Amino acid sequence: SCDFAPSGSFSPFRRLPLPAKRKYMRSPLSPEMATQEVPLNETLAHLKTESETLKLKLEEERAKLHDVELHQVAEKVEGLGQFVMKTRRTLKGHGNKVLCMDWCKDKRRIVSSSQDGKVIVWDAFTTNKEHAVTMPCTWVMACAYAPSGCAVACGGLDNKCSVYPLSLDKNENLAAKKKSVAMHTNYLSACSFTNSDMQILTSSGDGTCALWDVESGQLLQSFHGHAADVLCLDLAPSETGNTFVSGGCDKKANVWDMRSGQCIQSFETHESDINSVRYYPSGDAFASGSDDATCRLYDLRADREVAIYSKESIIFGVSSVDFSLSGRLLFGGYNDYTINVWDVLKGTRVSILFGHENRVSTLRVSPDGTAFCTGSWDHTLRVWILMC
Amino acid sequence: MEKMIVAMQDPDMGMKLRNQRLLITVIPHAMTGHDIIIWLIHKYSVCEEEALHLGGMLVKYGYIYPLKEPRSLVLQPDESPYRFQTPYFWTSTRWPASELDYAIYLAKKNIRKQGELMEYEKERYSLLHKKINHTWDFVVMQAREQLRASKQRRKADRIVLECQEQAYWLINRPPGGPNSLQRGPGLVRGKLAINCCDLPSFLKYSEQYQNHDPIMQGCLPSNPWISDDTAHWTMNTEMVPVPTRLRVERWSFSFMELLNDAMGRQEFMLYLEKEFSAENLYFWQACEEIRHGESSKIVEKVEEVYKNFLAPGAARWVNIDSKTMDKTLEGIKQPHRFVLDDAQMHIYFLMKKDSYPRYLKSDLYKNMLAKAIVPQETKKSVFPFMRRQRHSSPSPAQAVAQATEEEGRHKGAG
Repeated sequence: SCDFAPSGSFSPFRRLPLPAKRKYMRSPLSPEMATQEVPLNETLAHLKTESETLKLKLEEERAKLHDVELHQVAEKVEGLGQFVMKTRRTLKGHGNKVLCMDWCKDKRRIVSSSQDGKVIVWDAFTTNKEHAVTMPCTWVMACAYAPSGCAVACGGLDNKCSVYPLSLDKNENLAAKKKSVAMHTNYLSACSFTNSDMQILTSSGDGTCALWDVESGQLLQSFHGHAADVLCLDLAPSETGNTFVSGGCDKKANVWDMRSGQCIQSFETHESDINSVRYYPSGDAFASGSDDATCRLYDLRADREVAIYSKESIIFGVSSVDFSLSGRLLFGGYNDYTINVWDVLKGTRVSILFGHENRVSTLRVSPDGTAFCTGSWDHTLRVWILMC
Repeated sequence: MEKMIVAMQDPDMGMKLRNQRLLITVIPHAMTGHDIIIWLIHKYSVCEEEALHLGGMLVKYGYIYPLKEPRSLVLQPDESPYRFQTPYFWTSTRWPASELDYAIYLAKKNIRKQGELMEYEKERYSLLHKKINHTWDFVVMQAREQLRASKQRRKADRIVLECQEQAYWLINRPPGGPNSLQRGPGLVRGKLAINCCDLPSFLKYSEQYQNHDPIMQGCLPSNPWISDDTAHWTMNTEMVPVPTRLRVERWSFSFMELLNDAMGRQEFMLYLEKEFSAENLYFWQACEEIRHGESSKIVEKVEEVYKNFLAPGAARWVNIDSKTMDKTLEGIKQPHRFVLDDAQMHIYFLMKKDSYPRYLKSDLYKNMLAKAIVPQETKKSVFPFMRRQRHSSPSPAQAVAQATEEEGRHKGAG
């Protein structure tokens, strides 16, 4: 078995070279320019230089507006005190790297998947294993709990996403009732149920995302626009519930309309693969974590990046991010085995957590915000509590 | 065309511009229709008819706009005043005119003077509101910001800018013309004059939810992961006889919070029943089930919705505006997952803007809040390292299986 994460060489899309940084679109002269009187005495050349100077001044003023960052607005906000953090549960049972996990809506159960093909459902509170499935493939990179708590979805190098209803009969082989739902042409990187057990959203190394009807396996909508593998996705907690964000190896984070399949917004400020995206609880923004060792916050209304969470001492990539319930804290799991906790508003790092003995590959805050869980290449999962 | 316009504005050989009086304000750099014709005749050695035709084209494509009757895009060969459109608004620089910009323009007009929108503009405004609803907050914020900025200009400048902008949109979204809203949404984000930022909203949100964030503020009676006591979870299950105070408080944060909580929704339904508008919530729920349900059940569910909510004389008839109703009734002839979206959104916003605020002021809600539980904080154990027994809980799958079993038994008995 391979001991490294699937890279672009698995996929038909080779990693793209660094393109030139996209500049903000600059509008031509502002409407106000039109009302200025044209002094007839001056020569054309002089007027041209004057117009250029004014243009530059305009750009400067514009740049000032663009560069207002969240931490500047949050200067007067009270800083956070010292955090006490502990691992409260360690879940042992996987035989190889843990790649993904998800919480059940009951706030205590989780599903996790691993490189050895095993998918396990745990009651994390008691640490009991409740179900286990062996997938026909290795590298199960994606798993998700159904909203009802009655099924789980998973997939990976099999290019599929399958749904397993959770049987109560201990003797029944879960694999018997397995339903194949999604079919991609490359590895499955992430999956998520929408508001019900009936629809699944997937992202894949084939560069696309897709929405599927679970019952029939029918493709309801596909989303094209990424130029390389799509690595992550998250559904928006909005009133109209129609959008989601995805992140990819093309360094882009795209926001999609689920009904039309259109990309409605795109953000490209990361300098490497985006491994994780997560919406801010209000739905007005989302955070991303990347191989460039930074996390960033993108405001959907302002249509730009408004915060960057980085430190010179942090040089390893971020594999996964999630917010605390109020959105004040951002947790990041890193490839240097640590978890960094960020003050979202002030942009500062408030805590660093040690414990795992290998990469942190997945991180999710529990549905009621009482704890967060991490999965690691050290074969374990940990449930952490943080006390302010 | 643009070469011509530039030539017209040449300081030496171009048009003679003068100040024109428009009502009580003096507009600088205006010219008369007559002057335009004369200039064209001389410059291009053409006859009057051709000059009139040529000039008419310049007006039609928005390079010159009339000041007196802005909606009449023709060139009058008389003393009617005209102005050059600023290059910022030239069709070539700003094509295609984005829906987002148009929405912002209409929002500005709407805010500025209530009722200043023409009929066709009102229609388009509400259409856009539905179509790009997900960015509507942004639209309104942009509009307010631009209006605020324009208030700081000199009156003459402000009027000129308003004329320029109006002329631009008359060309790009002509009344009754091909309804460009039919085109696909494309990339909704167009070129923006000012990027709108509401960063303080992050501060407000975090502050509002701080008490509800167990990591920031702890939870009562204790965090189960710390104390091994599941009381916190038991008190906050989906349906409880008496909810906690924090939970009921949260229903007042936003309409979505209320609807996302099963108990909140139940309470709201009680309130709506008192107000005889419960059909709205039933309708909304039915639409949700279609949107998120199995593809195979869409047709039958849409039929049910029609029978119960939309058909004339339906038991739970919902009050939707006639335009949306017509469109929906037409659409359900070919039912699909999103066919009820417009109607659902209409009812959602109706509840949000009308019933929800009144519910929060009602005795029903206030009583709920008053009798809600505030759990006592569990005193930390004297021996913090002594572990309590961790009890297992029924799996959600088990709960569903039991419920189905019971249902089966009842059906059998009945």
